[in-house]
Amino acid sequence: MLDQNTLDKYDPIKNKAIQLIDDKGKPLSKSWKPALSDKDIYKAYEALLFERTADLMAVSYQRQGRMYTYPPNLGQEAIHIAAGMVTKEQDWLVPAFRELGAWLAKGVSLKEIFLYFKGNEDGSRFEKANRMLPVSVPIASQLIHAAGIGYAMKYQGEKDTAIFAYVGDGGTSEGDFHEALNFAAVWDAPVVFIVQNNQFAISVPLKMQTRSINIAVKGIAYNVPSLLVDGNDFFAMHEALSHAREHAVSGKGPFLIEARTFRVGAHTTSDDPTKYRTKEEEDAWAEKDPLKRLKGYIEHAKIGDFKKEEELISQYKKQIDSEFEAAEKHPEYKLDDVFGYLYAELPDELKRQKNSIQNFLGGVK
Amino acid sequence: MKVMNLVQAINDAMDLKLADDKSIVVYGEDVGVEGGVFRVTEGLQLKHGADRVFDSPLAESGIAGTALGMAISGMKPIIEMQFDGFVYPAMNQILSHVSRFRNRSRGKYSVPMVIRIPYGGGINALEHHSESPEAYFGHTPGLKVVIPSTPYDAKGLLISAIEDPDPVIFMEPKRIYRAVKQEVPEELYRIPIGKAKLLQAGEQITVIAYGAMIRETQKAIALAKQKGYSVELIDLRSIWPIDRETIAQSVRKTGRALVVTEAPQSYGPAAELISIINEEAFLSLEAPPSRLTGFDTVIPLPLGEKYYNISPERIAAEIDRLIRY
Repeated sequence: MLDQNTLDKYDPIKNKAIQLIDDKGKPLSKSWKPALSDKDIYKAYEALLFERTADLMAVSYQRQGRMYTYPPNLGQEAIHIAAGMVTKEQDWLVPAFRELGAWLAKGVSLKEIFLYFKGNEDGSRFEKANRMLPVSVPIASQLIHAAGIGYAMKYQGEKDTAIFAYVGDGGTSEGDFHEALNFAAVWDAPVVFIVQNNQFAISVPLKMQTRSINIAVKGIAYNVPSLLVDGNDFFAMHEALSHAREHAVSGKGPFLIEARTFRVGAHTTSDDPTKYRTKEEEDAWAEKDPLKRLKGYIEHAKIGDFKKEEELISQYKKQIDSEFEAAEKHPEYKLDDVFGYLYAELPDELKRQKNSIQNFLGGVK
Repeated sequence: MKVMNLVQAINDAMDLKLADDKSIVVYGEDVGVEGGVFRVTEGLQLKHGADRVFDSPLAESGIAGTALGMAISGMKPIIEMQFDGFVYPAMNQILSHVSRFRNRSRGKYSVPMVIRIPYGGGINALEHHSESPEAYFGHTPGLKVVIPSTPYDAKGLLISAIEDPDPVIFMEPKRIYRAVKQEVPEELYRIPIGKAKLLQAGEQITVIAYGAMIRETQKAIALAKQKGYSVELIDLRSIWPIDRETIAQSVRKTGRALVVTEAPQSYGPAAELISIINEEAFLSLEAPPSRLTGFDTVIPLPLGEKYYNISPERIAAEIDRLIRY
């Protein structure tokens, strides 16, 4: 584990990302030992493998025309799995849209995720995931909600509850990112802001978003402790997030983590990254692949093997397929689904409009 | 009963609800120690504590967005936009999230919050202090929009708005904040959202107005009375939902309709009301329904407002034209 002092004294202006294992998964320091048990580390590997398999299959469902636009997670999974392991039952998850593994850990079902990207709001019901908010499409606007939830948790006396709120690198140019940091700081709200800096906002590289040397420094002016972390290093992410959560729930206020990573896939299935990225850049990041590194650690530490990986993947694929089939078998979209959820009670004017289309369609519900 | 103006009635509604429900908080710019630039929240912080009535950082998007966060996590925030024109930075939060969160989450999360906005012209103020932006909110699915014109309605409507499970935009005609006084019950009472109020019965024409335009129209009706005209006056009170039935019944009876609003004309509340009149009372009409609205210009600074503001004389002249049509 990183010692508390290192974390407390961390200065993002030095622009040195916190990293615990190298590109091959070997610990950088001999004195460092993971905070997690061997068993939990192996579980993290399985979770990461599962996210990756589900994500690749989602892209393929979309390619088959069975799902609409989907944002791939490939290459960013260490962040999600680490966050999922740090998050407690009572914590809130305020998503952007590219946090698949963290959603699964929160209890969102793959069926729901597929249903959402198949174009049905029922996918945001999150039947078994409490305190999970639906996807917020307007970039960074959701971070402000996290600050408000933070106030509410403090006001209601929930002392061991944190809010994990996500945004991408492009979102840090939005005013709402700054308003959220400021409100959370002024209110000492227990929010952990996680910036997934995957280098591109669709096609626009980070150097065109900001002149700051990194994103973590943006927290400093708000007096929000901030860490720059190697987002492809599962252990670094896990320790940084644990520290951040601890800070937030101890009443010290919000925390910011910039997870430096790379979006290996496209922004969404409608995007073509060859237009704005080079092969060299992609190859360099491939060396830092989070799954490869975590497996490297497991091999190096001799805490497990991967003899059954193929078997595991085919078992995951079956499970994922059955979730997708469940999404395909979901009840048909009804007229009630258009009108039924906007207000607690349907106002007369909407009843009128609903009746009008119902009559035209011949009495459908 | 106690004689109150609009400011006192709105303050009283918040005071009673704060005492009644611990999940309610009131915040915004200068609402805490100062009690708001119009003193609408005066005394509330002292009485209910600084964790329940407080000043927030000066950022309207942040105020609206944090209130949404509170509302979906068990609280009932009442926030203040200091002036009508200051709500624009919060529009993304209001239009993209506050109005939609229930729908987006299929009813898992509801947004019981109130956004108070002092609005309208006639107070000799700077730019962005005299706007009438109600059409933006009325046009946005998922919101309710309320505008009282009297202290009695202000208190009863605000209590309903606070208790409503959905977000309500509560617009306060600041021009008549202290101009209208009335006896108001001291206890909690509710006026339903979505119901217009027949203020005065008449035979020859229906005038529909709301907010500060009610007082101007009442003056106009006094002028019209001198000519022997009988005018029916409806206070719309709710911009959305609109009380279609009350409007329809009145215009079917009188056969003539005039809508008076401060908001700019095009795509505004008057256009919506006249559409409803055409849909519901077309065959009863004796004259084309008419509207007196703000121009499709920026509301001018104080020296130009004499051209923009709708005077009782203009309203009376339009009543006269429609009756003689």
